[in-house]
Amino acid sequence: MALNGSSTAAPLEFANVTKQYPNAETAAIDNLSFTVPAGEVCVLVGPSGCGKTTAMRLVNRMIDLTSGDILIDDATIKGRSTTDLRRDIGYVIQHVGLFPHLTVLKNISVVPKLLGWDRQRMNDRAHELLDLIGLPQEMGSRYPSQLSGGQRQRVGVARALAADPPLMLMDEPFGAIDPINRDRLQNEFLRLQREIRKTVVFVTHDIDEAIKMGDKIAILREGGQLVQYDTPANILADPANDFVAQFVGADRGLKRLALTRLDEIELGDVSAARHVNQADTVSDRATLRDALSAMMSDSMRPLLVVDAEGTPIGSVSIEQINNALRRGRTDAEPTASTT
Amino acid sequence: MSSPFIGAFGFIVDRADLVLRTLTEHLVISAEAVGIALVIGLPLGVFLGHIHRFSFLAINVSNLGRALPSLALLAIFLPIVGIGNTDVLIALTVLAFPPILTNTYVAIDQVEPEVVDAAKGIGLNPMQVLLKVELPLALPLIFAGIRTSAVFVVATATLAGFFGGGGLGDIISNQESYRLRGVIGASYVLIVLAFLVQFLFVGIERLVTPAGLRMSRSPVRNRAGRPTIDPSAMSETVEAEEDAPTTEDEPARVGHKLQTGRDTR
Amino acid sequence: MTPASVLGSVSGAGGPNIPSFGHASSCVSNNGTFCWDWFTENWSSKVDFQARLFEHVKLTVIAVVIGFTVAFALAVLAHRKRWLVPPVTFVGSLLYTIPSLAAFQILVTITGINDFTVEIALVSYTLLILFTNTLAGLSAVPPDVVDAARGTGLTDTQILLRVELPLAVPTIIAGLRVAVVTIISLATVAAFIVPEGLGKPIFDALNAGDFNTKFIASGVLCILLALFADALFVGVQRVLTPWASARRTR
Repeated sequence: MALNGSSTAAPLEFANVTKQYPNAETAAIDNLSFTVPAGEVCVLVGPSGCGKTTAMRLVNRMIDLTSGDILIDDATIKGRSTTDLRRDIGYVIQHVGLFPHLTVLKNISVVPKLLGWDRQRMNDRAHELLDLIGLPQEMGSRYPSQLSGGQRQRVGVARALAADPPLMLMDEPFGAIDPINRDRLQNEFLRLQREIRKTVVFVTHDIDEAIKMGDKIAILREGGQLVQYDTPANILADPANDFVAQFVGADRGLKRLALTRLDEIELGDVSAARHVNQADTVSDRATLRDALSAMMSDSMRPLLVVDAEGTPIGSVSIEQINNALRRGRTDAEPTASTT
Repeated sequence: MSSPFIGAFGFIVDRADLVLRTLTEHLVISAEAVGIALVIGLPLGVFLGHIHRFSFLAINVSNLGRALPSLALLAIFLPIVGIGNTDVLIALTVLAFPPILTNTYVAIDQVEPEVVDAAKGIGLNPMQVLLKVELPLALPLIFAGIRTSAVFVVATATLAGFFGGGGLGDIISNQESYRLRGVIGASYVLIVLAFLVQFLFVGIERLVTPAGLRMSRSPVRNRAGRPTIDPSAMSETVEAEEDAPTTEDEPARVGHKLQTGRDTR
Repeated sequence: MTPASVLGSVSGAGGPNIPSFGHASSCVSNNGTFCWDWFTENWSSKVDFQARLFEHVKLTVIAVVIGFTVAFALAVLAHRKRWLVPPVTFVGSLLYTIPSLAAFQILVTITGINDFTVEIALVSYTLLILFTNTLAGLSAVPPDVVDAARGTGLTDTQILLRVELPLAVPTIIAGLRVAVVTIISLATVAAFIVPEGLGKPIFDALNAGDFNTKFIASGVLCILLALFADALFVGVQRVLTPWASARRTR
């Protein structure tokens, strides 16, 4: 049964977690601490070998802690049997690991079956999930070998969600998918997350994916050291050190711009974009980065911002963008970082 | 009377000439059968594998061959060719043939297409591709097939004793004349022979495996299971029937798999 | 019925011994290759192919069932405790390499002339292939499937029963197929020891310098049995693994 009898998301806390393998010189994870608020996506990102996957697997005890504790909804993970714990956590891995001998519906229903749901309830839930992940109902009776990589990954997510767990673990779930479908799947997942608001620990090595998917990003380096833990915007605006700066990339300025949309900032006067013609308008849903890009093709002159109906609502120039960035910086919450 | 198990050694010593004669007969007829099977099967397998045709046939012939009970074969040919060497030779050749054909076919057929492609791209003509690239890479598997065949034939040739073909079976089946110690003695010799042939061919396989291949993890599979014996089945598995890939990435393998050089599983 | 220990080697002296019983057909008297009439006559009486067939099947089934039980148990154990694999494989290969006739003869001196002796030998031949295949089947389950299963919250036993074993079925069946066919063949040689199975008419015929049809009939029947069993297992495997035949139709 779900933790605390509720199916809402639960907060996750790493408390001085250490993992030391017997014959290793250094710890794989050394005194890692951070908290993921309920209903948020926390992305663990870092170079290979930084321990991000290890950290994730500590949560559902696929690997056991050496010291410290992990708390889900303030309850220690050590307090329950591992199988009970795992049935309460959604688990999605890179190659999905769908059971080849079971149909899609049966795959999705694995945990409910373990939990003893009755047949009707399982069936309803499975069909509901197929809709949720955007697959046609008739896919239910197919076998994994008959699905494409992207479809399999969606079924994997559905399987993880089936018993409505308060927490989801996802280990490079879109890593094995081609870029186009990966983009699509990421968007799908974000849409899903907006609806169901689970607490998610998402592991990736791709900083762009981290920025896109995360409410919070935990940047790790070797030894599971937490280098910076903050929102994507804050990390891009204020990398804690050189390592982070290098990791997010030299174009972090541009990346930051992609995070904000025109309808979120203070725009200039419509009159500033007097020299209007068709090509100089930009939608208020566009990002600052798109706006900058458009400006660059017109000698950096201000652009006219229009809303969904096409009505001019303001203008945007370098000045507005600059102000928005500066405002963003001073509004920033203190970053929770350790170096 | 001392235990026949001990007395058997005495038999081997006392009747050394008899043992040697039957041993030689045994080896000769085995070698003949394998030899004929090689002469027909090798070129055929290489050819078919090279042109990548008739896979269904080439692979299922070994399914068939494996299922044929040796004694039954010997019995069937008997009325046609009469008792004696010919009957035994034909039956043994029929049994020796499938592993050689199938293994050779699969070995050549499944040389990595990229490698063949690269070879052609460099400018090797088809014959050179065959001789310099496909064959060397296919050798381990081919020899695995020869080993299966040889080991099996050596074991089955024992039955020749019933059909007038000579060999160690002559003694083993004739307790009347040679008494228990004789039967057991010849059995010892046969068992040692079987193991020796096995090791010999394993050694040959090791030798012909290019060093590079030996390093990589080779899928250890097999087309084992012969009627009277197949020590080559040592630690190797038979693959399931076709269209059983579990991911769409695996090409459907028709029939079952064959041995490779690795038996140190 | 000649006691197995007294079977002499065939000398081929004289012509075939054609039983006339006063009403042999011309086909039989002329030692035609296959006389259907004689065969049908002897199907359920005299040579009694029917009974021989039944005995043969019985010998095979008992051997394979026992062999499979033992091999399967060992394989499931070895799957978790890998150190078992080399010794079991070694013993299995040893048993497998010993030529059947030699094995039978040696065993007879220890356990006597009876079905038990035959079954011991037959069971030992099945062990290697069944153990190796079952183990390979279990090991071939993709690691991420097992990881997903564990992460989803299945216990080890549940993983074995619900995931690993079902996925190992094709390879296990393949092993059974080979084992059955192997034993069918070996059981013919067993007739040298006990007068049972389809090998018996062959040995009898060899002994008595018998006529053609007897050989052909026994041989063909034996081959048909083996081929039938082979095809049967192919069918069983197809039925048990619907997911394997499913193809992407997208």
